Amino acid sequence: MTIEELDQIALSVRQENAKYDYEVNVCMDLACASQGAGQLRDELVKAVEASGKKVLVRRTGCMGPCSSGPLVRVDPEETHYHHVTAGHAEAIVANLGGKPVPDLQCDLNDHFDSQVRVVLENAGHIDPEKIDDYISRDGYKALLTVLTEMTPNGVIHRITESGLRGRGGGGYPTGLKWSTVAKATGDVKYVVCNGDEGDPGAFMDRSVMEGDPHRVIEGMAIAAYAVGASKGYIYVRAEYPVAVARLTTALREARRRGLLGNGLCGTPFSFDVEIRLGAGAFVCGEETALIASIEGRRGTPKPRPPYPAVSGLWGKPTLINNVETYANIAPIVRNGGKWFANMGSERSKGTKVFALTGKITNTGLVEVPMGIKLREIIEVIGGGVPGGHTFKAVQTGGPSGGCIPAEMLDLGVSYDALMKVGSIMGSGGMIVMDDTSCMVNVARFFVEFCMTESCGKCIPCRAGTAQMFTLLTRICNGVGTMDDLALLEDLCATVKETSLCGLGQTAPNPVLSTLKYFRDEYIEHIVHKRCPAGVCNIQAPVEVLA
Amino acid sequence: MPVPFTPPPLPSDDKRWKIVNGTMRKNGFARYALIETLHTVQSSFGYLDDDSIRFVANSLRVPLSQAYGVVTFYHYFSLKPPGKHTLTICSGTACYIKGSDKLVAAAEKRLGIAPGQTTGDGKISLMTARCVGACSRAPVMLADGEVAGEMSGEHMLEQLERWAVE
Repeated sequence: MTIEELDQIALSVRQENAKYDYEVNVCMDLACASQGAGQLRDELVKAVEASGKKVLVRRTGCMGPCSSGPLVRVDPEETHYHHVTAGHAEAIVANLGGKPVPDLQCDLNDHFDSQVRVVLENAGHIDPEKIDDYISRDGYKALLTVLTEMTPNGVIHRITESGLRGRGGGGYPTGLKWSTVAKATGDVKYVVCNGDEGDPGAFMDRSVMEGDPHRVIEGMAIAAYAVGASKGYIYVRAEYPVAVARLTTALREARRRGLLGNGLCGTPFSFDVEIRLGAGAFVCGEETALIASIEGRRGTPKPRPPYPAVSGLWGKPTLINNVETYANIAPIVRNGGKWFANMGSERSKGTKVFALTGKITNTGLVEVPMGIKLREIIEVIGGGVPGGHTFKAVQTGGPSGGCIPAEMLDLGVSYDALMKVGSIMGSGGMIVMDDTSCMVNVARFFVEFCMTESCGKCIPCRAGTAQMFTLLTRICNGVGTMDDLALLEDLCATVKETSLCGLGQTAPNPVLSTLKYFRDEYIEHIVHKRCPAGVCNIQAPVEVLA
Repeated sequence: MPVPFTPPPLPSDDKRWKIVNGTMRKNGFARYALIETLHTVQSSFGYLDDDSIRFVANSLRVPLSQAYGVVTFYHYFSLKPPGKHTLTICSGTACYIKGSDKLVAAAEKRLGIAPGQTTGDGKISLMTARCVGACSRAPVMLADGEVAGEMSGEHMLEQLERWAVE
């Protein structure tokens, strides 16, 4: 495969698409598919055949605004239809070329206007199972450019220049990580893609793997060239069967096109990727635990150093990046590091994909430039809190993150700003809570999660989270005391300081951040035996009749 | 001279063992194939029992203790046969905020079992999931693997009734 051949494929796809007058794109991501998008697509195909119009019906990955699903976008007009069912297929096809179907049309301008799409640039525009669709949108061009025109150091320089930081949540500078692996000695090196998306309440990585799998593979191949690896692994959660199937298809197609395998594009560079399935362990998102799991063992973390960059998979230098990090690589190579660095804030460059869920009108996937205010994400893009309720907090970073209160909504989203207020960027879960959510109960939920997911290797995490859970349960049940609260705070500090890996070190964050901003709710539970949100089941104290 | 390793014979002539063996052969009977192979066993047989764990461990030359350790470490592996139908309620954060705990309580009450258990007649298993990634449609349940979002207690109980009268 050469760049000319790639251009030829892209051209033929465009010529093929030009034969159609209209394109009807049907979102087939999990949320839409669970509401009958599959049947809808079948009906659309039938309606098109019956009408004799030249229409391309395309299955696409997640378009973003899941709460409007099943979603359909008609091109070239870019008309959006929401809540479409199979019964609407005929009307949609009949109205092509005329006025849009009135009851179905929705205005998503507010939703899309503040977004900047880099990682999700193909979402809703390509069929994830067709490699040629990806190629027609400049897919694999970055890889071939890198292989034929750039040195490994040149690639690392470009990534460093872009200022990209790890999208798994830690925010470690990607260029620095790559150069460490590149400099590590060893003839065998590995690149690993962390697709273990364990944060409950986040699905960005699933959508990318399902909606645009080649983007991840291309990013990994570029990384492999830069660090000198010839073998890659994608570690995916077993709970994402569609992602596994799409990636399997994508890998097969890429091999068939000669974009993976031995001697790519006539260069000595060889690279191939294998999929490894997770088996339901949150801790496997931690890199040393993930490595143990790929090696077929229990996913327990190891002390670092040595870092995987020096001694990782089977003791070899290993580069581990998150799905979204790899998804950013091809656009950075294509458009240059400066282009990427021009987006975002001072120390957090580019864009970030968030899964916006909870008590918010427009749930779904959004991609925003770093530095955007939380208020804009929640009120403009998200459409605010529905049902006449008031916003209380937004939770970022999952079980390792914290809750950010209403008075801090003008905070710009960046790694450092979120860390400063006691939360973290995390992988991109953003869960909105309203006045019907009890913050003590939410803290207890996350601590229970960490307690069950603790691998048990180190005592602070194994025993500490269990004790934190007991204390929080007492408070939720209305039998907690102020001494319990003091003990809880003390315990949080110990678990944070002394745990072996990130799971334990960050497990207290949800408690600490709710204690910081919603301490009155804790006091209310303890002193007045009352849950302000009415969530906790506190038995009313027996009143002694005088 | 090291004696060349011969994997143990298949436990029975059940064709599913050949699929399991295929996974191991594809990986050259390497130890790292343990989790892969256990996935194949579970997808073929529905769960992992002592015989299958022993067979896989012996074939891959992994100590039994280590194989059992792996099986019990990962939530995805089940040591008990599933019921005819499985109701899985997602208890990820988004689902929790939207009241999945009430769904779990209602299902527990209706079926008389706790999550992770199967009804006495072997008809229905009740499970909870960490997160199935359909957070935008929380609360979510899976009826035999089919995702159903924005679930209400009533709808869930209707599904359970349909299964119960089969």
